[in-house]
Amino acid sequence: MTRKTDNSLTTDLLRPVLETSTKFYVTVAVLALIVATGFSTWFYQIYWGMGVTGDNWPVYWGLHETNFVFWIGISHAGTLISAILRIVNATWRRPVTRCAEVITAFALMIGAMFPLIHLGRPWLAWWLIPYPSERMLWPNYRSPLVWDFFAINTYLLSSLLFLALPAIPDFALIRDRTTGWRNWFYGKLSMGWQGTPKQWHRLESAMHIMALAIIPIAISVHTIVSFDFSMAVVPMWHSTIFGPYFVVGAIFSGIAALIIVMAVIRKTLHLEKYLQPIHFQNLGKLMLAMSLLWGYFVFNERLVTWYGNTPHEMAALWSTQMGRYSPMFWTMIFCNFILPFPLLTIRKLRSITTAVIASCGVVIGMWLERFLIIVPSLSYKGTPYSWGTYMPRWPELVIFGSSFAAMALLYLLFSKFIPIISIWEMKVGEHPQIKVAAKVQEAEAAGDLV
Amino acid sequence: MKAIYGLFTTPELAQQAVDGLRAAGVPEREITIQSSEPMEEYEFGSRDRETIMPWNAVLGGTIGLAAGYLLTSTTQQSWPITTGGMPIVTNWSNLIIIFELTMLGAVFASVITLLFSARLPGRLPKLYDAEVSEGKILIGVSNPKEVAQVEHALRGSTGGVRKL
Repeated sequence: MTRKTDNSLTTDLLRPVLETSTKFYVTVAVLALIVATGFSTWFYQIYWGMGVTGDNWPVYWGLHETNFVFWIGISHAGTLISAILRIVNATWRRPVTRCAEVITAFALMIGAMFPLIHLGRPWLAWWLIPYPSERMLWPNYRSPLVWDFFAINTYLLSSLLFLALPAIPDFALIRDRTTGWRNWFYGKLSMGWQGTPKQWHRLESAMHIMALAIIPIAISVHTIVSFDFSMAVVPMWHSTIFGPYFVVGAIFSGIAALIIVMAVIRKTLHLEKYLQPIHFQNLGKLMLAMSLLWGYFVFNERLVTWYGNTPHEMAALWSTQMGRYSPMFWTMIFCNFILPFPLLTIRKLRSITTAVIASCGVVIGMWLERFLIIVPSLSYKGTPYSWGTYMPRWPELVIFGSSFAAMALLYLLFSKFIPIISIWEMKVGEHPQIKVAAKVQEAEAAGDLV
Repeated sequence: MKAIYGLFTTPELAQQAVDGLRAAGVPEREITIQSSEPMEEYEFGSRDRETIMPWNAVLGGTIGLAAGYLLTSTTQQSWPITTGGMPIVTNWSNLIIIFELTMLGAVFASVITLLFSARLPGRLPKLYDAEVSEGKILIGVSNPKEVAQVEHALRGSTGGVRKL
């Protein structure tokens, strides 16, 4: 059996990198303007103090913390899913992995910004870093915020390496196909990659080991984010299920974000040939499983609170079920459970469009879930004397909106400089033996094999 | 440096060329193979598989674990805070930081092993052809002793050889 080189694959996947349209510059300009607005608002908040936000006694954690947990959750789309699919050697993962890993890198960066924004005085953030200080200050390792510092940075560094290493052969590909500054730039990035069998084996070994290491790191990151809450004796926070509950929610929202991003780049970068319905269908199945798990955890969380029947916990619980926050709660249930369930289970309804609709619902629902975990519990702490309410103000809303623009801008710029689908991994998928295995897997996924 | 190489459009032809070079008495170490994708399912692409990378990852993880333990326990003792009679060194909570640094150590060790063993970053050798990125497979020999035999082995598969 012979294998012909598929140059059209390389040309297709390099087109977004090598050709730039006016639309690209316009989109970058618009997104950059929104991001600049977000930064200006942050400076406004720094200048006038945290009083310009809705954070006030007793709810000191509002939209900024909601966004922190939300973006860290979104970051679970990429590296974790990519690592799992790499370990189980799922052949359909090839066009998906890099799209996913990029989400992780940027969502983590954006997520990690929010504690700094919420700090009010971000120039003191380095107090979290352990260093011998003549002021006799030292990070308190008993504090979940210090755990966050270590966990998020470990995940960010590992994810960046996990993203960068398999990009080296693609940099070499661009180096060899370009001239001028691009040849110089990608020559530096490719670090003299030749593609010898030794280099390929080492790269694949490193990716395999890193995939094994990154799965527990990813799980630990969101468990530790959940510790920010569950270590405190606050109604509905002090729970042992918060760790897995947060991890499931993170993977759930992460898959939804990945489906949306894939649909957008499929359309805008004309990658219909590579991001096929089967990819959306498989990710949709994973999302459905996560929806069911998430539903169980929501039920579990409420059941335990109801069974305990302590007055302040019941006040927080009823505020979400029937009180002030109930519209948000029932919207969340609709978005995360009722909407995706028929769209992802009924075969006739399954399509890229319905997967995107379900994913948009899940992203909205999961943001509401983060809000509902944080704000109602803080509104009903301990004694009725300390009960209160929270309403976000415009600086928080502007910064929240601009974080989405930041994500889109970073993703757009990334796809301009690096092929958003790993070319060499796609080529491996073209190998005859792997093609047969992939066809069998696709047939199984479609239910053609019993 | 002198070198002779052939560019092959299919892995089967590349395999024939490598077999031909071996038959011509060219030592395995002197045969250069370059491709734009891994060719693990072919014999010529599966050489140099053995690596100590997993052991280095374990070593890196162990170093990370030790660093995590020392960072937390030693510094907690050096800069003690008032704990109201509770332990100064809190290993339960320190385990989180120790775990993160252990995993980070394993990841860094894998990456460092990759860079060292794959000789990255490095300069592109003279025996390299940009057509590899077009999907062709380069099989060549640097400073061949028996030029005619090498040429014959490579020509047998491709019909053409290039010299540097």
